Amino acid sequence: MHDAATHDDSKGQYFWVWGALLALTAVEVVLGYKQVFEPVHMLEVLLMLSIVKSALIIGYFMHLKFEKALMRWLLVISVTACFVIMYFFFFPDAGRILRLGVQ
Amino acid sequence: MADATLQHDAVQHGLPGAYEAPLFGAYSKKVGMWLFLASDSLTFGALLFAFSYNRIYTAWPTPFHVQSIINSTIMTGCLLSSSLTMVMGVFAAQRGDRTWTRYWLLATMGFGTAFIVLHGMEWSKLIGEGLTLPIFPKPAHAAVGEMVDISKNTPQFPATFFGLTAMHMLHVTIGVIYLGVIAFRKSFLPVLGVLWIAGYFLIPSDNVFHYGIHVLGLGLIVATIIMFLKPKDYDAQDVEVSGLYWHFVDLVWMFIFPLVYLLSTKIN
Repeated sequence: MHDAATHDDSKGQYFWVWGALLALTAVEVVLGYKQVFEPVHMLEVLLMLSIVKSALIIGYFMHLKFEKALMRWLLVISVTACFVIMYFFFFPDAGRILRLGVQ
Repeated sequence: MADATLQHDAVQHGLPGAYEAPLFGAYSKKVGMWLFLASDSLTFGALLFAFSYNRIYTAWPTPFHVQSIINSTIMTGCLLSSSLTMVMGVFAAQRGDRTWTRYWLLATMGFGTAFIVLHGMEWSKLIGEGLTLPIFPKPAHAAVGEMVDISKNTPQFPATFFGLTAMHMLHVTIGVIYLGVIAFRKSFLPVLGVLWIAGYFLIPSDNVFHYGIHVLGLGLIVATIIMFLKPKDYDAQDVEVSGLYWHFVDLVWMFIFPLVYLLSTKIN
């Protein structure tokens, strides 16, 4: 459990994080609305923005930033490793289908 | 803080040094919730990868017009705001201010409920237009148009869209029930029961939520069993752990919103 006094002193930072999340959402909507990029680039840009937003949520709202380094790194590395494995499992196959077509 | 608590307990039991310091420097409930969330993130990760996989190799439809984008943006705002009110609730609980803890949790539940209602309306609109799955009840009036064609020609779209968003909506619903139990304990159970019964009788039988509302019934049964088997006064740790779950629900939507909605817009 965190020290309540420490958090109370820095409540303002959570409003900043909330504002930043709303602003990033607005950027995403404008990019989607204007269809600024080609679909593949759009996917990359939107995913990058989502990763930034999720880092803000995990770090500040879920307080992972204030946890012990061991817990922080163990959780981040293990979950990221699983996603990387999923990526290498799924996407080369999807690309193969694109190149060769569905038989 | 957790170290200090454990050491304090050990001293109280007259066993100084009997307890090993926690590896993660956090109480067990919090570590348990983090482990659950790590496993749950893989569930959503698999669903999002499946969605993206289908999107890459299929001629993917882009059926979401301005109305859907506005609706989903408001839903995103609701979830982001609910995370802020949840943080305020955790602070209030840590201060020992029970009244404000309840108010903040109630505000969080309100935003969550608004999200569910808006999402339900979106689903009903899409199903009414013909975007449907074979397991859904048949609407009273057969639809014609773009959505019907999508369901017929690209069944992967409704399958992945409804699968992904239903899983998320289920998590939000469980989150609202969880927060209700933490904030109001046994007083929340009759409210949940009334919402379940009212929803079942008020939602038309050709609407998918006529059956989906039974999630509230299941939630009521589980919450009742927990409340009667282990009645307790939930403390700041419980509020913080419930907050972790709630923020996770918000976090998942940050990926669903751009992947499912913004990449399937038909604006121009």
